[in-house]
Amino acid sequence: MIVNLPATTTNDVNKKITGLREEGGALTLSRVLTLVIALDGEDGLEDSIEAANFASREHPCRVIVVLPGDRKAKEPTLDAEIRVGADAGAGEVVVLRLNGELYEHANSVVLPFLLPDTPVVAWWPVDAPAVPAQDPLGQLAIRRITDATNSSDPLAAIKSRLKSYTAGDTDLAWSRITYWRALLASALDQAPFEPVTSALVSGLKDEPALDVLAGWLASRIDGKVHRAVGDLKVELHRASETVTLSRPQTGVTATLTRTSRPEALIPLARRDAKECLAEDMRRLDADEIYFEALAGIDKVQYT
Amino acid sequence: MEKKSSETSASASGWSNPLRDKRDKRMPRIPGPCAVVIFGVTGDLARKKLMPAIYDLANRGLLPANFALVGFGRREWSDEDFGKLVGDSVREHARTQFSQEVWDRLAEGIRFVQGTFDDEKGFQRLAETLEKLDAERGTGGNHAFYLSIPPNAFQTVCEELQKSGLARPQQGRWSRVVIEKPFGHDLASAQELNNTVNSVFPEESVFRIDHYLGKETVQNILALRFANNLYEPIWNNNYVDSVQITMAEDIGLGGRGGYYDGVGAARDVIQNHLIQLMALTAMEEPVNFSPHELQAEKIKVLSATRPMQPLDETTSRGQYSAGWQGSEKVPGLLEEEGFSKDSKTETYAAIALEIDTRRWAGVPFFLRTGKRLGRRVTEIALLFKKAPHLPFDTTMTEELGKNALVIRVQPDEGITLRFGSKVPGSQMEVRDVNMDFSYGSAFAEDSPEAYERLILDMLLGEPSLFPVNREVEYSWEILDPVLDHWAEHGKPDAYESGTWGPESAVEMMRRMGREWRRP
Repeated sequence: MIVNLPATTTNDVNKKITGLREEGGALTLSRVLTLVIALDGEDGLEDSIEAANFASREHPCRVIVVLPGDRKAKEPTLDAEIRVGADAGAGEVVVLRLNGELYEHANSVVLPFLLPDTPVVAWWPVDAPAVPAQDPLGQLAIRRITDATNSSDPLAAIKSRLKSYTAGDTDLAWSRITYWRALLASALDQAPFEPVTSALVSGLKDEPALDVLAGWLASRIDGKVHRAVGDLKVELHRASETVTLSRPQTGVTATLTRTSRPEALIPLARRDAKECLAEDMRRLDADEIYFEALAGIDKVQYT
Repeated sequence: MEKKSSETSASASGWSNPLRDKRDKRMPRIPGPCAVVIFGVTGDLARKKLMPAIYDLANRGLLPANFALVGFGRREWSDEDFGKLVGDSVREHARTQFSQEVWDRLAEGIRFVQGTFDDEKGFQRLAETLEKLDAERGTGGNHAFYLSIPPNAFQTVCEELQKSGLARPQQGRWSRVVIEKPFGHDLASAQELNNTVNSVFPEESVFRIDHYLGKETVQNILALRFANNLYEPIWNNNYVDSVQITMAEDIGLGGRGGYYDGVGAARDVIQNHLIQLMALTAMEEPVNFSPHELQAEKIKVLSATRPMQPLDETTSRGQYSAGWQGSEKVPGLLEEEGFSKDSKTETYAAIALEIDTRRWAGVPFFLRTGKRLGRRVTEIALLFKKAPHLPFDTTMTEELGKNALVIRVQPDEGITLRFGSKVPGSQMEVRDVNMDFSYGSAFAEDSPEAYERLILDMLLGEPSLFPVNREVEYSWEILDPVLDHWAEHGKPDAYESGTWGPESAVEMMRRMGREWRRP
């Protein structure tokens, strides 16, 4: 169910939410966090809500979407939309369109909707502020999720994350490669127990997940890491063998090859934003490994 | 060597995997290359739990690329026939969505070896198949043998595994054996079984599955007790009056006569599941969560536990008779197929245990289980003593019962806290109310199934959630006096299907001044 509340106040929206819940009866599930989605416009609205609804089944949460309505409006007004039941995930979705000057005060508008005594997560699905932790909405949150993949210059975006990094920051480009990292780590659990002397990460130019993957490798191994544009693959070079994890660009099956060993195939599709988001909401403490991976990007050699 | 392989990243001296970091909590642990061999592929458990769990692990990306699944059985099957059996059971019982891609990858590593449990040639073929898989699929010589078979076949299979050389891995590889309950039918037989298995596989390679220990709610007992400051101060005989641990099933035993007749509810459920739940509820805080320390604490509390005396007053057993299970008319045990007309097998068992420690002296632990009871439910309930003084008139607190903390293990996993609250109105009147925490609403909808967790832990060589031989033997020591007493005196009392057990169980509690919770 979608309820539209044009030209309203935060008070009335809150009353309506409570009212809807009382009417619905069983909607009073416990929710573990509040997810605030910040958008620059209508672009990406439905996709983001869909991803948030997916993630809310794993992490029951209230979803608050903040976006500008008519920024040129003379009067600062609020248009709200409440989605519950089939149109929401495990919690409720509140879409807030801020008109005129009100958009400058998004944090004040969001504040009354934050659930008591539970963490707040902020997510910028498209463009992120330069320093998420200093953004008014970012200041409310203990976890700030950006997504370099959707920005206009992904490489510049992921590189800029280091400078603005504050404990609690993370980027969906990082969760996108979790299983790649797990498979590579698992491969090094096996003999031969030799150090990795160099590594190669290759793939699309505009896939920041690969840049952060290269940065992660550079932060972990004692050797050069190259980032190339070409077929999608990661190579780990060691004295007596090369470990290669590769996948056709749009394929769903990856191949793990090791010198003088049988090839192994494994399902490894590109992760959707919704799965990445759900993973990112699983832990709310600082991700130090991500920070080190960001720092590692500087050591990566681009060819 | 075996022990070290549990910490794979440190398995060669001085080597530490540069890509691993304890702070990297995001990264899932994927086991190294391996093959799982299932004995007893057509059994219910293999088809409904084991194979679907393996698929679910693959679907969650938690199986290695170099993985193989081998079935061993009597039938004249090709790899494809076995693959079809696995595929059907996956489609029917898996918890995650079916993905053709994941299934195709898994299916490539499926093999079947024909043979009987005492057929040396069959085991040679198995050894050859595994060797070929090492070459073709790169399974690395690591093998897990899952014995989903009756315990009387354990010895034969273990011996054949030893003869074929499969039980002794080469340096840097591992062989593990997984066994399912029952772990014997009394102390002597359990010891014999342990000796048999341990003569072939060292104890650290033996993984005994008690699927209750893989359940999230059961692991949460430890989190609830030791991560919070709220409960530990009252978790003792100063505040706790008694503990009731219940596992009730609504199903009967039609068709399971061959296994169940002569075994009974106490051996089938109390010896393993309920005594394990009791140990987790009653144990002291381990100094850390390493498998060894956890086991040490469980063993300590089990060694201090014994049944309350006299047994004819503190135990009860029953056998279901015909009745109405909800809306369905069901037969009694004696009319079920596979049971003798004069079977003395109990389908309901209730016992009272006492723990001789400072924390628990004087607190009875009531354990009960049964078939064809009111509904399917497993729970642990701590009932607290009444407040020593109530500054209310008795009329105000007539409806106030004991405070209770209930850990709901299944279904509707969660925790309930029961306490008194004022009834709204102009008068002071206190009545019991519930405060609920429900897993389903606070965490992942698709938390992994118990078997998934246990199989993954076994492949990783992580033994915390598996009972060791000492635990099994202690639980028989606790239960044996009751079983002996029952064997010598009387027979189970009949109870109507769909009710909460025989009248004697109610009386047993009444004698001790308590009553059963209706779960």
